[in-house]
Amino acid sequence: MATKWTYSDKVKDHFMNPRNVLREGNEEDFHGIGKTGNVKCGDEMMVFIKVDPATLTITDCKWQTYGCASAIASTSMLSEMVLGMKLDEAYKITAKDILNALGGLPDNKVHCSVLGDKALRVAIDDYYRKNGMEDRITTQTAKIVCECMQVTDEDIEHAVLEGARSFQELQDMTKIGTGCGECQEQAMATMSGYIQKHFGL
Amino acid sequence: MDTRTVYFDNNATTPLHPEVKKTIIKGLEIFGNPSSMHQFGREARELVEESRATVASFIGAAPEEILFVGSGSEANNTVLSLLRCESTSCACPLSGKNGLVTTAIEHPCVLNTARDLGRHNHAVTFLGVDKHGRIDLDDLRRAVTDKIGLVSVMLANNEIGTLQDIKEVARIAHEAGALFHTDAVQAVGKIPVDVKDLDVDFLSLSGHKIYGPKGIGALYVKKGAPYCPFILGGHQESGRRAGTENSLGIFALGKAVAMRALEMTDEEPRIRAMRDALKAGIAASIPDVLFMGHPEHCLPGTLNVSFAGAEGEAILLYLDLAGIAVSTGSACASGSLDPSHVIMATGVPVENAHGSIRISLGRENTMDDVTYMLEQLPPIINRIRDMSTVYRRR
Repeated sequence: MATKWTYSDKVKDHFMNPRNVLREGNEEDFHGIGKTGNVKCGDEMMVFIKVDPATLTITDCKWQTYGCASAIASTSMLSEMVLGMKLDEAYKITAKDILNALGGLPDNKVHCSVLGDKALRVAIDDYYRKNGMEDRITTQTAKIVCECMQVTDEDIEHAVLEGARSFQELQDMTKIGTGCGECQEQAMATMSGYIQKHFGL
Repeated sequence: MDTRTVYFDNNATTPLHPEVKKTIIKGLEIFGNPSSMHQFGREARELVEESRATVASFIGAAPEEILFVGSGSEANNTVLSLLRCESTSCACPLSGKNGLVTTAIEHPCVLNTARDLGRHNHAVTFLGVDKHGRIDLDDLRRAVTDKIGLVSVMLANNEIGTLQDIKEVARIAHEAGALFHTDAVQAVGKIPVDVKDLDVDFLSLSGHKIYGPKGIGALYVKKGAPYCPFILGGHQESGRRAGTENSLGIFALGKAVAMRALEMTDEEPRIRAMRDALKAGIAASIPDVLFMGHPEHCLPGTLNVSFAGAEGEAILLYLDLAGIAVSTGSACASGSLDPSHVIMATGVPVENAHGSIRISLGRENTMDDVTYMLEQLPPIINRIRDMSTVYRRR
């Protein structure tokens, strides 16, 4: 059956031949480790980096992913993109950059690729922290409320300012709680707090 | 590149039976409108009625109790929408008794219609299920209050294959003064189904699940059961379902059912043996698996299995690259971001839903397909677990 595959050729290539997977047992060799997502949501990624301390350049990047084809291909692609990159440069990689490198993903799969760059930033922060460079950590201090969709309290505040008043409206705007749904209570409380803060309701 | 293909997704849809293909090709010549009185119309009408009789006799109904509809979804919508009727002049004396009891594991066409009824102030109860996907009959007894006009419980579940005790469910519904409908789309043609034996008021079936074409289904309406048309218009189907009959689809459905009548009985043990071999083979070669569904009360050819530390869409796509077609309950493949509502309803951890695949066998499968699957699947699961954050082989 010669039909076009589900995703782009790039995605297929990385899915079939994933690069730089961390096999067992040598996590401690890495200088920075970052993890995002969780299995309950259906996607969990870990990124491991080695850094040349003289040039602050990434010399090795390995990963592990629990997730779908898009998630696997995204982390594989990311691990190639960052090799030889300076940390501050790698810090700026966005989900969009990964998407473009992969030749795009269908709209309903974009959310599967948004964890890789976050995991990378967490790994870089981890390196900074371990090496006394906390001042370089610029990751926003926003608190993640929804692990699955990586929705932060700042996102919720923004949605409230945009007019969200019910959980349904918040969900429509942010996709919060559409994964495992365990964050609903905390999301509602956070939203109520911001409605009170900005509108006194 | 491996060119071998194995189709293990027969609960999603089935390939046309060769005899059905022949019927369709012949039927292409018969273009008359079955409502026309001239010979062109009469020719089509005769074949439509022949199909109606075939479908009726296959499920133990009378021909006048069968309506042809566009799909299983339409059949289900038609029945649940009877509860909406507020007219005092029609044959639906359900006003005021317009509540529904159904289950949490129904097909989305029942679930979403039920939710819509709920939004329109109907009392709607979704019964939970146990870990095997069966409802508790005591829960049902408690749920069927005097507000309930209809109980709708599927006969066989499309995702995990679990069968409900429909005879008993129908009895409980009737004792409480409610009508009873069963969505039998996955059951008809796979296991014997008899409307009189089960004592149902309404039953839905679909053509494309039984080696017929898509876009044709049938609804059984027990003689004397309250009924309102879901699609209003002309007088087709005795005024109960408007729209020029999909005569070609009806001819084909008749043939598909006739072939089920000939083949189902011998086929069932063969399919069951393949399913059992798959189950045993997977259990023997892959650690940390969980089989979903009921160990006994289940369809012969449905196997739903979950693999720890492996995500379903990834499993599905690696299998696809090996030429094997299955489906998954994973959120990532659903388009809705929610894992299978059926598997979630059985109370297994959400990880199991994300890591589940459904293998559904059909008449064209052979033991060679099973062997091929058992060769391909273990290395695929290993490969995925090897990349996973959560699974380490011991």
